[in-house]
Amino acid sequence: MKRTPLALAAILVVVLAAGPWLPQWAMFIVTVAFARGLVALGLMLLLRAGLVSFGQALYFCLGAYAAGALGRFLGVSDIVLEMLAGGAVAALAAFVLGFLLARYRGIFFGLLSLALSMILYGLLVKNEALGSTDGFNILRSTLFGIRPSADWVRYAVMATAAVVAVGAALVVDRYLQTPLGRLAPAIKDNEIRVEYMGASARYAVHVKYVIAAALAGIGGALAATTVGHIDPDMAYWTTSGEFIFIAILGGTSNVIAPFAAALLYGLIHTTAYDLSPNTWQMSLGIALLLLIVFLPQGLFGRFGWR
Amino acid sequence: MDQLLAVVVDGVIYSAWLFIAALGLTLIYGVMKIVNVTHGSFYALGAYAGASLTGFWLARGYPAALSYVVLFVAAVLATLVFAPAIERGILRFMYAKDEVVILLITYALFLILEDVIKLIWGVNPYFIAEPYALLGSFEVAGMAYPTYNLLLVALAIVFGGGLAWFLTGTRNGKLLRAVIHDPEVSRAMGVNVGRFYLVTFTFGSLLAALAGSYTAPTVSVVPGLGVEIIVLSFAVVVIGGLGSLPGAALGAVIVGIVRSLSVHYLPQVELFVIYFVMAMVLALRPRGLFSLEEPRKI
Amino acid sequence: MAVILNARGLCKSFGAVSAAAEVNAAIERDSVVGLIGTNGAGKTTFINMITGYLKPDRGTIEFEGRDITLLEPREITRLGICRSFQIPQLYGSLSVFDNMMVAFGVVLANAHRGGFFSRGHPLVPGFEVPAEEAAERLLERFGLAEYRDRNAQVLPGGVRKLLDIALAMVARPRILLLDEPTSGVSAAEKFGIMQMVLDGVRAEGVTVLFVEHDMEVVGRFAQRVLAFYDGRIIADAAPQVALADPEVKRYVVGRHA
Repeated sequence: MKRTPLALAAILVVVLAAGPWLPQWAMFIVTVAFARGLVALGLMLLLRAGLVSFGQALYFCLGAYAAGALGRFLGVSDIVLEMLAGGAVAALAAFVLGFLLARYRGIFFGLLSLALSMILYGLLVKNEALGSTDGFNILRSTLFGIRPSADWVRYAVMATAAVVAVGAALVVDRYLQTPLGRLAPAIKDNEIRVEYMGASARYAVHVKYVIAAALAGIGGALAATTVGHIDPDMAYWTTSGEFIFIAILGGTSNVIAPFAAALLYGLIHTTAYDLSPNTWQMSLGIALLLLIVFLPQGLFGRFGWR
Repeated sequence: MDQLLAVVVDGVIYSAWLFIAALGLTLIYGVMKIVNVTHGSFYALGAYAGASLTGFWLARGYPAALSYVVLFVAAVLATLVFAPAIERGILRFMYAKDEVVILLITYALFLILEDVIKLIWGVNPYFIAEPYALLGSFEVAGMAYPTYNLLLVALAIVFGGGLAWFLTGTRNGKLLRAVIHDPEVSRAMGVNVGRFYLVTFTFGSLLAALAGSYTAPTVSVVPGLGVEIIVLSFAVVVIGGLGSLPGAALGAVIVGIVRSLSVHYLPQVELFVIYFVMAMVLALRPRGLFSLEEPRKI
Repeated sequence: MAVILNARGLCKSFGAVSAAAEVNAAIERDSVVGLIGTNGAGKTTFINMITGYLKPDRGTIEFEGRDITLLEPREITRLGICRSFQIPQLYGSLSVFDNMMVAFGVVLANAHRGGFFSRGHPLVPGFEVPAEEAAERLLERFGLAEYRDRNAQVLPGGVRKLLDIALAMVARPRILLLDEPTSGVSAAEKFGIMQMVLDGVRAEGVTVLFVEHDMEVVGRFAQRVLAFYDGRIIADAAPQVALADPEVKRYVVGRHA
């Protein structure tokens, strides 16, 4: 399993070195893939324990709005601060909500998480100060006080995204090798036995839930910075659906898989949506169905550990 | 006092609508042990079918009084086209899988149906007000209420009562209760469990479609109608206890009254308060108010 | 001998069913106690109460002088009481070795070893070797080495039981509760398995309570017998005495046994 850190380092080097030569649209897709990949990475943590969150968009959206609020109300536009704020706000919300959610499993967990994300959606849509359904724009990014020129902004964001994503993947990879991280498949299989071994399944789930939320919050801030705009749709159920799809597409065996799947998803989405916007959900649904039935391990399920 | 009466009347009407909408979800869960996300799709299908068929009917100059029947027929047709096909064609092969996997499958089906609806009916809103306007209004304590809403209450009573009678009074109903308790044993005793699943799924979806169809005259039918219903029905059913008929009724009443109070006194927190109540109920009784017995595990 | 576990006045009912009615039992350290009784007599309820899965309606349970009546299963496990189950509770999708590694992981985590920032292979408390080696040792001791890489859910019945018990031993308990350790095992194997289990366990000075329906196994391995009926203990004596008791014969063993 030492291959994974090496692979991650290689990816980072490639992105940083080759970045300046990429066209703007390619940098955009790569950066968005990192953002979505972070959310899917968090979902992966939960999936390994048998929990499917249908509402990760809640934290994605909180992260985005936190980043946006930094700019709108405090005039801060630093990418790193935005991501920190996004992650922190999301983690805090998850810490509180986790006291309720960590007690549930299976369908209850899934649908409760959906309900919570739709509540946020409902609250944002009615909120005038944050632009209601229109949302608002985010300030142009700066990095550690430097304001990159128009040509270099995309690269700066992508490079920061790469560093953060690789860092997060390394952290999660290490976490999955600790006793608490290893508990996930056990919780999924037999929670009673976990309790009788002397561990608290609820505590483990709560921790994973907070980590997953923090990752989603960072991803949300990153996505907001890249796209340049924030609106309540980021909390809508369809957004959560995308993340679930990416997580299942990637499989739960390896920390690189969520990012690879996110990139693949991004590429397909751009092409298919342009071709026929009214059949996109259907294509997603069919693909999800086929994945579940024929490829439950995901595309990259054979690489890595169980 | 008048305000309170208004809250109660509003609450009862909303509860009736919620009950019809959630009944199918709890029935399907109780019998098949699956949370059916396509429930929202059938609600939308019913709404679209009802609106378009009624619109067609009225445009042809047929009697508006019969439009209530048209709404019913539309829901039945919409259900019969899709429900058996989904159950026999896809779900039937999935029952052995994990409950969350089945949830994901019905979720995928929901995604597909959302676009199927768009392909059939387009994205423009449908608006069909005649059946609603035709019945006029009645007065309660100086406030005017559309009589149409009483129709919803009547339907809720008919469906709830009918289902209760079916489960306790008829032979098939009792067989269904056996299947609810233990499909394996029922199968071993010669009950055609597969057929019960098909009928249950179809009937449960029909209830959702009827809820959608009879709601169509009161709203603008647009894409995305199904999502809100899933989330609300789930709240109702969870509060009452998954799989429980009286639970669905109680859950509907609780949510209805709570929402009515919120709408009258503090509208901004409407959706929030419903989920807050759900969270509170779950915190105290994790399996809902009328939950089924939990079997001994160790 | 010192009393390691003391149950006093335990009462538990489920609606009209009385699963425990004033149950008293003082278990001595290092002893091997057999619990017998017909189905529904209250044996598993007794074990469930000791391990915290159920809370008694009335009564107390003391372990090494400490009141554990209201503690949660995981707390009781950490204090030193472990159990195996009537239906083996395993992690079905994991291999036998991975099942053990999960158990060792929990033990390490509870001892604050092997966390996020640790390096190398932390030593398991009580075994003083890394987890992988401790797991291999335990698998050897219970005759499970040949099944090391097989998935838990495809194991034959007797092997599942042994794994269930091996998992209970990971935390080095001072009391081990075995719920029907030889049920589902063929008659020829029963004695062998029971012997292997007790050998593997007694070497560490563990007090054992086991629920058993086979009176020959009880007669051979128990030092003391508690007979349950209708939620009460109707006999508490050495096997020869208890099994000959007329009430026990009537309600548990059968008159013509």
